[in-house]
Amino acid sequence: MIKTDALIIGAGPTGLFTAHQLKLIGLSCEIVDNLDKIGGQCIELYPDKPIYDIPAVPECTGEELTNNLIDQIKPFNIKFHLGERVDQVKKEADNWNVKTSNGTIFQTPNVIIAGGVGSFEPRKFPVKECEKFENQSLFYSIKDKKIFEGKTVSIFGGGDSALDWAVELSKNSKVNLIHRRDEFRGAQATVDKVHQLAKEGKINLLTKYQMTAIKGENRLESIDIKSDDKEFKTLKTDYVLGFFGLIMQLGPIANWGLNMDKKTIEVDTEKFETNQKGIYAVGDICSYPGKLKLILSGFHEGALAARACFKLARPNEKYRFEFTTSSKTIKERLGVKSD
Amino acid sequence: MAKITYITDDNKDHTIEVQNGLTVMEGAVQNDIPGIDADCGGGMACATCHVYVKDEWFNKIPKKEDGEEDMLDMAFEPKKNSRLSCQIVVSDELDGLTVNIPSKQG
Repeated sequence: MIKTDALIIGAGPTGLFTAHQLKLIGLSCEIVDNLDKIGGQCIELYPDKPIYDIPAVPECTGEELTNNLIDQIKPFNIKFHLGERVDQVKKEADNWNVKTSNGTIFQTPNVIIAGGVGSFEPRKFPVKECEKFENQSLFYSIKDKKIFEGKTVSIFGGGDSALDWAVELSKNSKVNLIHRRDEFRGAQATVDKVHQLAKEGKINLLTKYQMTAIKGENRLESIDIKSDDKEFKTLKTDYVLGFFGLIMQLGPIANWGLNMDKKTIEVDTEKFETNQKGIYAVGDICSYPGKLKLILSGFHEGALAARACFKLARPNEKYRFEFTTSSKTIKERLGVKSD
Repeated sequence: MAKITYITDDNKDHTIEVQNGLTVMEGAVQNDIPGIDADCGGGMACATCHVYVKDEWFNKIPKKEDGEEDMLDMAFEPKKNSRLSCQIVVSDELDGLTVNIPSKQG
């Protein structure tokens, strides 16, 4: 069990800056995120898109913003738990007992939810029966590519993941690559490679098709696909892979006894605390009168929530406000020289 | 100002007046029309404001810009008449526009 003064859920810009604020005032914290990388929406949805409304930064991309925030918290050596989703938050005396999908357990008086619109999960096939085969013969990510050797694999999608895996698996498997239109959005070199492999007969390329049915008794046998022109085909296949990117799902947060407004969590504007003492929500996921879903608002909310955490983590101490420009203690925490 | 009709998956019509300059997505979200999630807030980055535009309207509304078709690859059950509602800006010419909201956004 890990004991910490505060646990942050979400490693997006708001979560990262909240961690900075906690460490600056002398509290310990750790961060959990369901993605396997740091940065949240900034890195998953728009790493290359320029952002123009970060104060004092005229222009930066989602990736640059993330890297700068990571740099800013470097002095603090914060522990990240990536690829883990927080599943359970339970009250235990004066603490919260928090459990992740990997079984990590935290004990903390303060939980700060900086979860954006929820956790990123793979987008799934619309065909309902696909659930029956999920994680057995139908996958949304690949852990062990060896299982596909000598088998027929039907890959759906038009981005880099679909194309890269089509190229890779065509070496040792029979590959069908199925996409809803003629154009692909992957890297041009990979798109060219796919077309070349299709010409050589190593990839069976089926464009303007989408899945309509999946069949099999105990094991997957075939799938039906339909074209824009309503032409049906049945493909015998051992495995199906779907690469449609990620979608944000609110997930278990809805079960933690918090007052919700649609997919957001209601907070006060002094501590950004929810209806549960010691649970805060900051960034896009919180709501209050006048809430703006801007990164700069998330920074402000995190700074105030961090101060509120101090009271519960250090009940016998008094929090004293200090400036980074003049505080010797803060400079020591940052590892910079005092004048 | 344009009257826009949103037909939800349960076949209910929601007709509202949307101000010029707002997007079809914003019109739905501001009027609590169910089925449009708009997770990214209109950044063409999430494909959760997906709608089907009635055929007679599909060619009348402004065309897709770069990137919208890429995002539609990720939408739930995309069709030929799929659009992202955050990319359709309302103007007087859109008066009477009807869009169908899919059963799910993802």
